[in-house]
Amino acid sequence: MASYSTNEFKSGLKIMLDNDPCSIIENEFVKPGKGQAFNRVKIRNLKTGRVLERTFKSGESVEAADVLDIELQYLYNDGELWHFMDQASYEQYEADAAAVGDAGQWLKGEEQCTVTLWNGSPISVLAPNFVFLEISDTDPGLRGDTASGGTKPATLETGAVVKVPLFIETGEVLKIDTRTGEYVGRAKDQ
Amino acid sequence: MKADWRPVASQAMLERRAAMYAVVRRFMRDRSILEVETPVLSTSANPDDSIQPVTVNSPTADGTREPVYLQTSPEFPMKRMLAGGCGPVYQICRVFRAGETGRLHRPEFSMLEWYRPGMNERGLMDEVADLLEALGLDRAARFSYAEYFQHDTGLDPHTCATNRLQALARERGLLTERLDRGALLDFLFSDMTRRKRSTEACFFIHDYPACQAALARIKDDDPPLAARFELFINGMEIANGFHELNDSDEQRRRFQDDNERRKQHGLPEVRLDERLLAALDGLPDCAGVALGLDRLLMCITGADDIREVLTFPDEAG
Repeated sequence: MASYSTNEFKSGLKIMLDNDPCSIIENEFVKPGKGQAFNRVKIRNLKTGRVLERTFKSGESVEAADVLDIELQYLYNDGELWHFMDQASYEQYEADAAAVGDAGQWLKGEEQCTVTLWNGSPISVLAPNFVFLEISDTDPGLRGDTASGGTKPATLETGAVVKVPLFIETGEVLKIDTRTGEYVGRAKDQ
Repeated sequence: MKADWRPVASQAMLERRAAMYAVVRRFMRDRSILEVETPVLSTSANPDDSIQPVTVNSPTADGTREPVYLQTSPEFPMKRMLAGGCGPVYQICRVFRAGETGRLHRPEFSMLEWYRPGMNERGLMDEVADLLEALGLDRAARFSYAEYFQHDTGLDPHTCATNRLQALARERGLLTERLDRGALLDFLFSDMTRRKRSTEACFFIHDYPACQAALARIKDDDPPLAARFELFINGMEIANGFHELNDSDEQRRRFQDDNERRKQHGLPEVRLDERLLAALDGLPDCAGVALGLDRLLMCITGADDIREVLTFPDEAG
């Protein structure tokens, strides 16, 4: 099995920790002048997204994680699993709700997503930074009240709820920043 | 694309380094401490298993290839000078430690080392504090190792069971199991100095556990304590001082233990410095301290990474 020595630690390296694949965010060499050397690392658990701080004695070996980020197209959700396809090889992948996480609320089909594979299976999904989605339901707009800066909730075709300005109406298509979950503007104005 | 040839340290940083050296040299002159030089290359080295010397393997005239070491500190030749009767001395020099690279480490760095015949570690701590003041830094607080350790962990570092230290280390994020007591203390201690860097900026730690004596005398206390101190500023280890051991038998035993640990850890053994051992019984009662000048310059200038204070930080890769 592939492994890395602490000497090879750097940000972005994927290692196994407590049976989960993790990515090193930061690696610091710590050593008292007359004492044992350590590597203190900040790591993200790629399954849970949690960030941890851990320390290894320098020179230790740690199992490598077989982790790969690839671009896949989202196809459909069968009620349980989310199906994706590699547009070059036509190979299909299935991700469960835990892997899809929050990204799911922005996907309706055909979006290009960054999918993290661990031992060949999806463990996390990143939606495109911007998506265009139609409003399926929001309270009637208050015409003329465009300057007050007030907002109201709007439900999108995927079920996600975002805050929108009061003048936005049902049926309009919005541009959403999936990293913040915020309304950017109306599609027709972009 | 052309190679990146430019210096990293700014012109202002170069000037501040030169100004720091000027203050140090004036301080030493005012106290009649003599500036000296000793060889950087030697056929023997400190066997301390936590310090890896850089080995130079150049072919020699007679065709043999005896390894020669770059100094990890100028301590041994300076002690031989002291045994020869040179009186108080200091040195500013480059030292080399293989495999140390990081935010606070480079395999080559600048060290200020000085020795005071007739002083113990307490007296030398006072003098280090005076130097900090001359450089415009804060007066350092003082804590015993036990006091500092106990305040943070509730454990007595001298007497508590090793498995308690192991459990605490695990709780604080250490994944490596089966470390010896010294290494566990190293982990716990460096973790607490880092976490507390904002609350207590500048302090000495003194009276180390005997297992961390290095080249210090061990005081006849219960528990036995090493006559050793360290200076920390902003969470960084800046200086390490000893009331120097001058018992050649005890020193040889410690060196042999070091080489034994080297063997156990698969590290090459290091040839002992017989000239030092021959001189050591004649070493006058003295205290000595080694101080990292690059880190001290970081403290003076507020730099967060040692690269900022070095002209060419990446030459050795």
